[in-house]
Amino acid sequence: MPLKKDYEDIPGTFIFDADKGREGYQLNQFCISLRLQKNRDTFGENEEAYLDNYKMTAEQRQAVLDRDWNRLLELGGNIYYTSKLAAYDGINFQQLAGLMTGMGNDAYRAMMVAGGRSPEGNRYQSEWDEKGDE
Amino acid sequence: MARITAGVGCSHVPAIGVAMDQGITEQPYWEPVFEGFEKSREWMKEQKADVVFLVYNDHCTVFDASCIPTFALGCAPEFAPADEGWGPRPVPVVKNHQVLASHIAQSLILDEFDITIMNEMEVDHGLTVPMSVMFGDKTVDDEWPCLVVPLCVNVVQYPAPTGNRCYNLGKAIRRAVESFDEDLNVVIFGTGGMSHQLQYKRAGLINKEWDTKFLDRLTSDPVGLSQTPHVEYLREAGSEGVEMVMWHVMRGALDDDVEEVHRHYHVPASNTAVGHIILENVKDQGKAK
Ligand SMILES: [Fe+2]
Repeated sequence: MPLKKDYEDIPGTFIFDADKGREGYQLNQFCISLRLQKNRDTFGENEEAYLDNYKMTAEQRQAVLDRDWNRLLELGGNIYYTSKLAAYDGINFQQLAGLMTGMGNDAYRAMMVAGGRSPEGNRYQSEWDEKGDE
Repeated sequence: MARITAGVGCSHVPAIGVAMDQGITEQPYWEPVFEGFEKSREWMKEQKADVVFLVYNDHCTVFDASCIPTFALGCAPEFAPADEGWGPRPVPVVKNHQVLASHIAQSLILDEFDITIMNEMEVDHGLTVPMSVMFGDKTVDDEWPCLVVPLCVNVVQYPAPTGNRCYNLGKAIRRAVESFDEDLNVVIFGTGGMSHQLQYKRAGLINKEWDTKFLDRLTSDPVGLSQTPHVEYLREAGSEGVEMVMWHVMRGALDDDVEEVHRHYHVPASNTAVGHIILENVKDQGKAK
């Protein structure tokens, strides 16, 4: 019997569990390789050629090239890994959150300064469905 | 004999390290974050700690996905700050009390906590940021004022160890420390949190009410608090809020009877609620100073 996932009804959230880890393995290993300067240099010379070293899916590869931050998470990426690709682009965690939430940097930063996103209405997927959010 | 006399709970937001490294801690955005650590630095000096036992997690920096130990104990002579994609932080190399660390490793395994032994390891902001906020600015040419035994916990790939497991590991760490002959004053740090979510469309979640209750219960109901199920952290404190299980290791290593001597809470530092607490064993109060 598969383990019950009691965390799948949290809206706007991926829980990076063993299934996600399996799916995203090659993608995440690529991302973490960028923590070393020599790899950042090689990637910078030719992104496509560098990506050939990792057996990721065509979709994952495209999402890397497109810097499609949410798609990367949907395809098994984990934020701590994808943040290494973001760092390569000069994007920090807060700027990345601005992109992933679709709010943009200024609005996201303003939300955080005002105390962050409230848990009210953001605990269950059903609450988002009612509001018509994804 | 070595003793654990006090515990520190502390967020380890990377941007806090960046702010210190860039010397911008007096800017209006950062000032309220750092203000709450002024007292802590004084307190830290008074402790004259010989060793900090520092519980933290790696953020897919040093540990890639090829090997994911739940508990990894640093047994190397020293730990250099890692390059996390922006270059290594310009802070001192962390020096271990290697004899104590290997004693703890043996003791824990015989106590049925089957930890992984790390004889080579770099450390990321999870470890260096708590050092910086508690000890103040240091450059690469300085030295940290005490030795550090690091314990790295997996909180990235679900599931992190349960709060209960972490709390009991704290008790085993205490037994290990107390069976070490050298006279050492050990302060234990539990780091990470508080509420934050870094990823996807719910990024930016902060739950001050939940965080406050967590800080309260560290003193009033630590055992009950350690029973918090993972899904509650994830839903209430954000997907990355689950890091707070590491605070239970710290709490488990202290006496039942502790006094909260300092607390600091501020939103935000980047995406995160900064939480910090200092707990002293009531029976050890005043002894180390
Ligand atoms: Fe962390």
